[in-house]
Amino acid sequence: MCVERQSDRIDRAARRLTAWLAGTLLFTSPLLAQATPEIQTWNTDNGTRVLFVAAPEIPMVDVRLVFAAGSARDGERSGLASMTAAMLSEGAGDWDADAIADRLDGVGAVLSTDVDRDMATVALRTLTRQPAFDTAVDTFATLIARPTFAPGELERVRQNRLVALRQEDESPRSVGQKALYRAVFGSHPYASDPSGTPESIADLKRAELADFHARHYVGSNAVLAIVGALDRAGAEALARRLVSGLPSGEPAAPLPPVPELADAILKSIDFPSSQTTVLAGQPGMRRGDPDYFALHVGNHILGGSGLVSILMDEIREKRGLSYSTYSYFLPLAQPGPFLMSLQTRNDQAEQARAVMLDTLKRFIDQGPTEEELTAARKNITGGFPLKIASNSNIVQYLAVIGFYDLPLDYLDRFRERIESVTAEQIRDAFARRVHPERLAIVTVGASSTQVEAGSATEQVSLARGTH
Amino acid sequence: MPRRSIVPRLLLPVLLLPSLATLAATEVHERQLDNGLKILVKPDHRAPILTSQVWYRIGSSYEYGGITGVSHVLEHMMFQGTERLAPGEFSRIVAENGGEENAFTGRDYTAYYQNLANDRLEVSFELEAERMRHLKLSEKEFLKELEVVKEERRMRTDDDPQSLTYERFSAAAYDASPYRNPVIGWPGDLEQLGLDDVRDWYRLWYAPNNAILVVAGDVDPEQVFTLAEKHFGPLAAETIRPPKTRAEPEQLGEKRLRVQAPAKESYVLMGYKTPSLADADEPWEPYALEMLSSILDGGDSARLSRELVRGARIAASAGAGYRAFERLPGLFLFEGVPAKGQTAETLETALREQITRVQSEPVDPAELERVRNQVIAAKVFERDSLFYQAMQIGLLETIGLDWRLADTYVDRLAEVTPEQIQAVARKYLTPERLTVAILDPQPLESKTQAAANTQLGASTHVR
Repeated sequence: MCVERQSDRIDRAARRLTAWLAGTLLFTSPLLAQATPEIQTWNTDNGTRVLFVAAPEIPMVDVRLVFAAGSARDGERSGLASMTAAMLSEGAGDWDADAIADRLDGVGAVLSTDVDRDMATVALRTLTRQPAFDTAVDTFATLIARPTFAPGELERVRQNRLVALRQEDESPRSVGQKALYRAVFGSHPYASDPSGTPESIADLKRAELADFHARHYVGSNAVLAIVGALDRAGAEALARRLVSGLPSGEPAAPLPPVPELADAILKSIDFPSSQTTVLAGQPGMRRGDPDYFALHVGNHILGGSGLVSILMDEIREKRGLSYSTYSYFLPLAQPGPFLMSLQTRNDQAEQARAVMLDTLKRFIDQGPTEEELTAARKNITGGFPLKIASNSNIVQYLAVIGFYDLPLDYLDRFRERIESVTAEQIRDAFARRVHPERLAIVTVGASSTQVEAGSATEQVSLARGTH
Repeated sequence: MPRRSIVPRLLLPVLLLPSLATLAATEVHERQLDNGLKILVKPDHRAPILTSQVWYRIGSSYEYGGITGVSHVLEHMMFQGTERLAPGEFSRIVAENGGEENAFTGRDYTAYYQNLANDRLEVSFELEAERMRHLKLSEKEFLKELEVVKEERRMRTDDDPQSLTYERFSAAAYDASPYRNPVIGWPGDLEQLGLDDVRDWYRLWYAPNNAILVVAGDVDPEQVFTLAEKHFGPLAAETIRPPKTRAEPEQLGEKRLRVQAPAKESYVLMGYKTPSLADADEPWEPYALEMLSSILDGGDSARLSRELVRGARIAASAGAGYRAFERLPGLFLFEGVPAKGQTAETLETALREQITRVQSEPVDPAELERVRNQVIAAKVFERDSLFYQAMQIGLLETIGLDWRLADTYVDRLAEVTPEQIQAVARKYLTPERLTVAILDPQPLESKTQAAANTQLGASTHVR
């Protein structure tokens, strides 16, 4: 019987486990010697920065082309960046949407586009053998340089986007996330969701998409990441073929700074759900931030390490209040959000919100313990090989390093930077950068009337500070 | 965090389903311990990492009425302490060793994994061996974890109208098969689940002779076997009685249901009863069904995208899916969201016209060629994911199929002819095998109903 062992075995087993644990503690940083990928970099004639890692083992190549053409560039036309990217595969050069789909599927290539607040990404994975390689590369090059924005296709994509936006309205988490960004970023362009609003999407003009493309999809506004079974010469030739159709153009202007919140904000949104989603946030940090590693490691301890984080321990492991709870900093070109989240049964929403906020306050006041810091360091540095193991991992790192102009030795130095973070640095950084008295808090659920007596849908309970 | 793997998500590329491929093949090394534990090792030396996975032959399709969801609750309890480890200590040890970990419960399996640097394999084995036979199962942790699972159900199912529609659709499509039950369990069953139920379930199914250990990565197979013997070897085998699975009777005519839930857009789900690999009349039939699903929904060039989304503009999105590798007979599924100005009914009609077409005319050889090229490319691409390669092996083995089937998958698909695709469409996509569910959106603005539900009890679903 498996759970009724004799006591002598238990004792023996316990000793063995203790000895084994002691043994593992001796391996403080066994992996520092492990090589990180060797990054090669150069510029194309039309000004695109290329980052390349040779990965000869698998006969395939991953390409990730990123433009400073995210939704922060939408201006008054929310969803413009996202719709522009979505239209690339709907017609380009002499091909219509069917022809483009045939060309890519016919050789097993996979192409995708994505738009976040900072960047538009066009990604391609293809075999290096022919005719797959040439077909995929020529298709990609034409899509990014010569999209047609065919009016009939635009209308269809627009209507389907409107359906998708309505489906996002069905999800309390999606509704909450959008409301939180609006509260945290106010009039800053990061406030609006990349997918756009129904009003704006309904009104977008073809010429606006074409203009957005002409302005932003240019060589000097792009970074190209390549990982695959190519040598340097092959990668240089590939880079030329992919982006040579783009004019040099101009890099996008820097985004405006993100103002801090002047006051707390509380939004309660009525929603016919069985759970209440509770979100809290404020402007966090940017890529390359001087406090990056202190905040990263600190957040790892607070709510970034899954089952072993403090938030998970307080909210799930001790109280069973939520299946999922976490916090994160999303570093962007300008400070992206610091965000905390949970979902709980409606009648527990107030309790869960209090535990979440108390946990944050306590962490800011006290900082991490040495034990927590040691555990976090070991997790992050020990797990680093997992983060750079696949071509898919590496190409994403390359795009981020290139786009945010991080040092090329970012991956090489990552573990030593993590190791050097102290508990005092974390406490200090959180005290300076996170302000629990000035959080934006959003609740979405059927308990919102309890949280905010008499609140109407999307009532802003406390005035937002001016920026 | 522990999570269940949800329903067959139709929009997942069908082509990424199990296979290893002659092209991709590196050797898999196999060993069985005296206590019955089967060990499969796939070396891959691209990076100094590994994935270690323990797959148990137990999942929601082994459950009976009244205790549905017990496999998944037990999966949660596997993190809540053993005789030697305090609740949560398992996860803390994995984390301190730089590991990523999680677990997932499906209809046919429950699986646990750690992704680690390749010098940490013993961490995984020591911990997994401990919880395979020495779980503690305390009342306090159980009551708390049950609340976590109820929250998980609310998040995944109750507050997601499409997920809720799928749950009720499955319950209607199957008259008797346990595939009619949600993996996470029915709310009423979760309310009455007791620690004794979980303890019984653990004793019945968690033993080395009901498990498969899969390791992929930068490892030496002989060292893996030695370490496995050291840690799992002392565990006692258990008498595993084969489950008495309630067989699905023949369906006697088309079934329809409407699911009313707060939503803004309608949604159509259609499912036809189909065989899986184990029970097909002819061994080629499941492969022909897989090819059919790729003809319909294998990328933007496939028929549903080309004709329903782009051509006729009836669907905002549309998909089809089928799984050859399941323990019990399943469904060939269609799903879609109507485009603006269209209704669920017009979309259903359009989907049926697509079915009629594959029944009445053989598919174009060019379409078959396209799918073959996609399958070949996908085999190469999947070598970039260690986890996925190990998962394929575990998945096949837990449903009683040989992992070598994956090696022949590409060839079997490539052999499928247009006539065979037409034949399976005619044989299986027939009205008497069909169930149709339509999501009937209810206003999101009114909260009265949901608020009332909350007062009544924790886990009522949103109407």
